[in-house]
Amino acid sequence: MSLLSVRDLTVKFAMRDQTVTALNGISFDLAKGERLGIVGESGAGKSITGFSLMNLLSRPGYIDTGKILFEGEDVVQMNDKRLRNLRGNRMAMIFQDPMVTLNPVLTIGQQMIETLMAHRKLSHEEARQIAIVKLREVYIPSPEERLEQYPHELSGGMRQRIIIAIALLLDPQLIIADEPTTALDVTIQADIMELMLELCQSNQVGLILITHDLGVVSQMTERTLVMYAGRIIEAGRTREIINDPQHPYTQGLINALPQQTLPGQRLKQIPGNMPGLASIPAGCAFNPRCKYATDLCRSRVPEIVHYGEVEVACHEVQRLNSDEDRQEARA
Amino acid sequence: MFAYLAKRVIQAVAVMFVISLIAFAIQGNLGDPLRELVGQSVSEEVRQQLRDEMGLNDSFVTQYLRFAGNALQGDLGTSYFFKEPALDVILKKLPATLELVFGATLIIVGFSVPLGVYTAIKPDSILSRIIMGLSIVGISIPVFLTAILMIFVFSVEYGWFPSYGRGDTVQVWGYWQTNFATADGWLHIILPSIALASIMLPLFVRLIRAEMMEVLQSEYVKYAKAKGINPWRIYFVHALKNTLLPVITVGGVQIGTMVAYTILTETVFQWPGMGFMFLEAVNRVDTPLIVAYLIVVGFIFVVTNTIVDLIYGLVNPTVNIARMGA
Repeated sequence: MSLLSVRDLTVKFAMRDQTVTALNGISFDLAKGERLGIVGESGAGKSITGFSLMNLLSRPGYIDTGKILFEGEDVVQMNDKRLRNLRGNRMAMIFQDPMVTLNPVLTIGQQMIETLMAHRKLSHEEARQIAIVKLREVYIPSPEERLEQYPHELSGGMRQRIIIAIALLLDPQLIIADEPTTALDVTIQADIMELMLELCQSNQVGLILITHDLGVVSQMTERTLVMYAGRIIEAGRTREIINDPQHPYTQGLINALPQQTLPGQRLKQIPGNMPGLASIPAGCAFNPRCKYATDLCRSRVPEIVHYGEVEVACHEVQRLNSDEDRQEARA
Repeated sequence: MFAYLAKRVIQAVAVMFVISLIAFAIQGNLGDPLRELVGQSVSEEVRQQLRDEMGLNDSFVTQYLRFAGNALQGDLGTSYFFKEPALDVILKKLPATLELVFGATLIIVGFSVPLGVYTAIKPDSILSRIIMGLSIVGISIPVFLTAILMIFVFSVEYGWFPSYGRGDTVQVWGYWQTNFATADGWLHIILPSIALASIMLPLFVRLIRAEMMEVLQSEYVKYAKAKGINPWRIYFVHALKNTLLPVITVGGVQIGTMVAYTILTETVFQWPGMGFMFLEAVNRVDTPLIVAYLIVVGFIFVVTNTIVDLIYGLVNPTVNIARMGA
């Protein structure tokens, strides 16, 4: 049985004058200890997917339909008490910006110990000892002193390590990391990713890594979902997706990587922008930006189907595969 | 810590200097002191002689320096009406006013935090809407009107509370007589305290609500939820502490303002405090007393603000007083 099984998840936002669909029929599975990447441009619904998994959407967002089975139990149906037991305990989350994630008026120790004591019957001292052990695991020097410090006394990289340590405090089955290095210095990004990979592997923790960085996905994850305008448009093993993308959007993303361009040349980009939630075009949401779009693409939403090694939602995938255009595009 | 304190004290002295300058300048423009001191039968020559003796013909600077020098020694002049040192007159009235302000502060702190937090957590509930509606009413009605209405309803119609004065007070120390030692004292201070609190309380409810709602949207509150923390702990430990930081700053200024507001409340309730005394002093053109009042109130402002800044530094870990130098 898989650790996490998301079925047909639809999330909506009730705005003042209309209700928009932010996630549309998202389905995927995650095995125990598996690492999954979710990629896409800003606004694709990656973060909303992450928050939905913990049932943490705040108004006006809400889960409209679908199931999120975590260890066999539907997160969508859980009451507040069950949800509290889930959050931080069985499923932990690492937020995007460590500068604003920790509470500025509470010490690191208070924020770690409260998390432990919210889920386990421990004395304050026992909780403190566990916190120290976990801080050591993320290579924080002199952890006893750190516990007495406030977040503003620590650097961004240090804070994100502490947040990783908090995520690991209760030995969760799954960690959801929402762009955990976007707000950090490039030199620290690699350290943090390496640390997360090491800890996930050694503790057999599942990881959902939300990012727009395909390089990070290829280094960190075994499987990848590509999202566009609230839908999964391509899914499969990370190696397959990076080396042989099928969907024109995924191809565009990979072609846009700086490594795909010779020095001095203009970077390749996908023309246009991701549509806003209120103005998702009919048919395949990507069609206005896609040079292969046909009338069918403009009228009907493509189903996600097996194609070769991956799953892809594109009407034209077969034509593309035999098309010279594609060879050209990948050259 | 010492450098910070020194800096604050220098600032306070500068503010007091400006206040004394303004107060002194007013003194010169409130009419001729001789008219209050001597009768109409005194001849012009004697008046001139008296002016010379009192130093009223000296230059502004000389007069101010003399005034400031005396003030530093605790001599703010002699009240024309009471024939006593103005400072003594005020110090005798000060406890009554401070107790009134204290009573109002208790009401404000006691009610604004729970009401502000509740209306922030449940912004759409009917009770929240009622509280917010009433708060608008409270802010809009002037203090003296609230006071008169309360006297009419609770003193005249129902007779639950006395309508004027301090009632039975108990001597505590020096001039200090307290209302909080006897049941009669308590009964007398309740209505004036509510009246004085009636404008500040809604203001603070709205302030706490607005700050709290903003804090509840923050990443660290979302993160606390993601850690599975109990909602009460999130509200009262994670959110409230951050909410109160700006509230403390505003609160410090408002305590000073409340001392000034007591003029209205004390007048309506015939409360024998500084505010009531000030109004009488104005009616009697008792210039030294008016000037002394301005300086004492200015001093209270400066002291409360300095204390509040120090408290703020203690509550907010990102302000490190010990390391705050020049």
